[in-house]
Amino acid sequence: MKILVLVKEVPDAAVEKTIGADGRIDRSGEKTLNPSDTNALEAAVQLKEAGADVSEIVAVTVGPDSASRSLQGAVSRGADRSIHLSDAGLAGSDVVATGYALAELVKRENPELVLLGQQSDDAGCYAVGSVVGQFLGQPALSQVSKLELSGTTLTLERQAEYGYDTLEVTLPAVISVSDSANEPRYPSLKAIMGAKKKPVEKLDLAGAGIDAGKVGTAGSGVECKDFQAPAAKAAGTIITDEDTAATVEQIVAWLDSRKLV
Amino acid sequence: MAVALSERTDKETQEQIVELVRQFTDEQILPNAEKYDHADEYPQDIVDGLKELGIFGATIPEEYGGLGLDLSTYTRIVVELARGWISIPGVVNTHFIGAYLLMRFGTEEQKQKYLPRMATGEITAAFSLSEPHAGSDVQAIKTTAKKVGDDYELNGAKMWLTNGLTSGLVFTLVVTDTEARPRYKGMTCFILEKEPGVSENTGQYAGLTIPPKIKKMGYKGVESTEMVLDGYKTSGEQILGGEEVGLNGGFKQMMDALEVGRVNVAARGVGLAQRALELALRYSQERETFGKPIAEHQMVQGHIADMAARLEGARLLTYQAAELKDEGKSSNLEAAMAKMVASEAGHANTEACLRLHGGYGYSKEYEVERLYRDAPLLLIGEGTSDIQRLNISKQLLKKYKI
Ligand SMILES: Cc1cc2nc3c(=O)[nH]c(=O)nc-3n(C[C@H](O)[C@H](O)[C@H](O)COP(=O)(O)OP(=O)(O)OC[C@H]3O[C@@H](n4cnc5c(N)ncnc54)[C@H](O)[C@@H]3O)c2cc1C
Repeated sequence: MKILVLVKEVPDAAVEKTIGADGRIDRSGEKTLNPSDTNALEAAVQLKEAGADVSEIVAVTVGPDSASRSLQGAVSRGADRSIHLSDAGLAGSDVVATGYALAELVKRENPELVLLGQQSDDAGCYAVGSVVGQFLGQPALSQVSKLELSGTTLTLERQAEYGYDTLEVTLPAVISVSDSANEPRYPSLKAIMGAKKKPVEKLDLAGAGIDAGKVGTAGSGVECKDFQAPAAKAAGTIITDEDTAATVEQIVAWLDSRKLV
Repeated sequence: MAVALSERTDKETQEQIVELVRQFTDEQILPNAEKYDHADEYPQDIVDGLKELGIFGATIPEEYGGLGLDLSTYTRIVVELARGWISIPGVVNTHFIGAYLLMRFGTEEQKQKYLPRMATGEITAAFSLSEPHAGSDVQAIKTTAKKVGDDYELNGAKMWLTNGLTSGLVFTLVVTDTEARPRYKGMTCFILEKEPGVSENTGQYAGLTIPPKIKKMGYKGVESTEMVLDGYKTSGEQILGGEEVGLNGGFKQMMDALEVGRVNVAARGVGLAQRALELALRYSQERETFGKPIAEHQMVQGHIADMAARLEGARLLTYQAAELKDEGKSSNLEAAMAKMVASEAGHANTEACLRLHGGYGYSKEYEVERLYRDAPLLLIGEGTSDIQRLNISKQLLKKYKI
C-alpha cells in the first residue's frame, strides 16, 4: 500500500502574519513545515508500525523552490521519497486551484491513501482535503483523530461537536488528520542526515501534465478585495469568589439576564 | 599535533539539526528545567530524549554507529541545549570528551569495544582529572596505578566527577611513575569500567566506590561525585592507546581532550548568555516603572546592548575555536580565549538579567534565579578563568618572545 502525505511550507508561528497590497500573505520571513502536517506524517508512520502493509510513504508539496527545505523535513519524519511541484504559474492559486494541482499529482501516483494535516498555519482554510477528494472522486474526511486500518477498510474517529463519530471508509480515501490524532515524534539527527539522500522528484506544471489555466491567479475563483480584522470580543465579567452563595447568585443573575436559564 | 577527526558537516544539515535541537529545547527542556533543578533530580526523561535524537553519538564516526558530525555542529547543538539548562549538555560533555579520547588515542580494539555502545548512549562516560587537593594543578594528583602481576591496582581519591554515578566508563588520569620528573611524564589515562548507577561496586569492579553526590549551588540534576579507588584492579588493556603507547602518556592525551572540552564549556556560556538576554528583552518590555516599560529607560537599554554584544562576541570566539579544530589546526589559544570570554559572558549576562528583574529576579518563581546559580560553574570547570588567562598569556609570550 502506498500512502501520500500532502505537506506545505508555512511562515513560522513566531512570525507576525501580514497581508500584502496584492492580497496575499507575506511569506518572506522564517518558514517551517506546517505543524499540522507533522500529525499526518506521524499517522502514516504509525499505520506502518501498527503492521499495515505500507510499501511507501511519499511526501508531496506544491510550493516555491524554497519549500524544498520543509519537504526534506517531511522526509526526515518518515517519508521514503518526495515530490515537489514548483512553477511560477502556481502563484496566487486559491484553495480550489491548489487542490486541483494536488489531485493531479495524486493521480500520477495512484496511492491507496492520502493523508494531510487538517489545516495550514497560514491560510487556515481547513478545506484542501475536501477539494482534493472532490477532484479525485474519492471520499474525503476531515478532523480525523484516530485511524485503524484492516485490509482496505479504514476505521476512524472524527471529532464531532459533542464527542466522536466512528466511521468506516473503504480505500482509496483522503483523510485530514487533526492535531489531537497523535503526538508527532522528533526526527532523529540520523533521519535528518538521511533525508538528503532520499529521492526527490521535481516537477513543473508542464512536467506534471497540469492545465496551467486551472491554477494560479487565472484559475482561481477567489478574488481578495479587502481584509478586516475580526471584531474584538467584548471584555468578560470577572466575578471574584468571596462568598460562594453570593457568587452563585451573581452567576445565575448573569445567565438569567441573557435568557440562558 | 592537531588533526581533524571528522569530515565537515554541510551547512544545510547543520542548520536543520540545530533547528531540531532548538525545538527540543523549547518543548522539552525549558518547561521542565525548574522542576528538576528545584528537586535536584536527574532529568531522566530529557536524557532519554537526547538518546532518541542521537545526541550521544553526535561526534562518533558513522563506522562506529555515530553520526560523525563535526565539532562546529556539535558546538551549536550544545549552545541550544544550554539555552534550556546547562546541566543537559553537562550530561553529554564528559561523554563527548571520553568519545574524543577514544577516537583520537584509542586502539582499534578499544574503539570497537566502546564506541558503538557509546553512540547509542547505552553506556555513558565520565572524565576524571581532579582530586580533593588538586584541580588547577593537575600535575599534583596522587592517585596511583601500580603493576601487580599482570594487572594494575589503583588507589586514591578522585573528586568532582560529573556523571560520576550514572556513567559506565571513567577516563581517569593517575600516576604510574612516581619518580618521573617533570611529574606529567609519569601519568597514564585508564579507561575504568564500573556498574552504572551503583555506588559500591563489587565483583570485577570491586574497589571502586562512588560516594553520595555533592550538594551544589547550581548545575543541579546532573550529579557531581567523588570516586574512591581502593585496590581496584584492571588490566593494561584498559590503558588508553594500549599499554605500550599509553603508559605514562596520559597527561598529554588529557590536555588535548580539554581543548575540545573547553569549546564545550564555552558553548554552554553562549547558550546561557543568550537565554539571559532573551529573558531580559521580554521582562524589560513587560515591567513598567515611572509610567513606562523599563525598556524605555536608557540605562536599561544600555544593559541590554552590553548583554547582546557580550553574547555575540562570545559566540564568534567559540565558533572560531571549533572551526579551527575542524580544519585540523591547533585551537589551544582560541579555545582558552573562548572558554574564558564565553563563561564570563554567561555570568555577566545572568547577573545583568537578574538586576533587570529587580526583586522578582531573586524569587524562585522566575527562571533567572536558576541561571544565576548555574553560571558560576562555567567560570570554574575545565580550568578557571585565571588559569585560562595564564594559558593565553603564556602562549602569546612564547610566540612573540623577543
Ligand atoms: C560542578 C563541577 C563539576 C566538575 N566536573 C569535573 C569533572 O567532570 N572532571 C574533573 O576532572 N574535574 C571536574 N571539576 C573540577 C574542576 O575542573 C576544578 O574545580 C577546577 O579545575 C578548579 O580546581 P580547584 O577546584 O581545585 O581549584 P584550585 O585549583 O584550588 O584553585 C583555587 C583558586 O586559585 C586560583 N589559582 C590556582 N592556581 C593558580 C595560579 N597558578 N595562578 C593564579 N591563580 C590560580 C584558581 O583560579 C582559583 O581561583 C568540576 C568542578 C565543579 C565545580
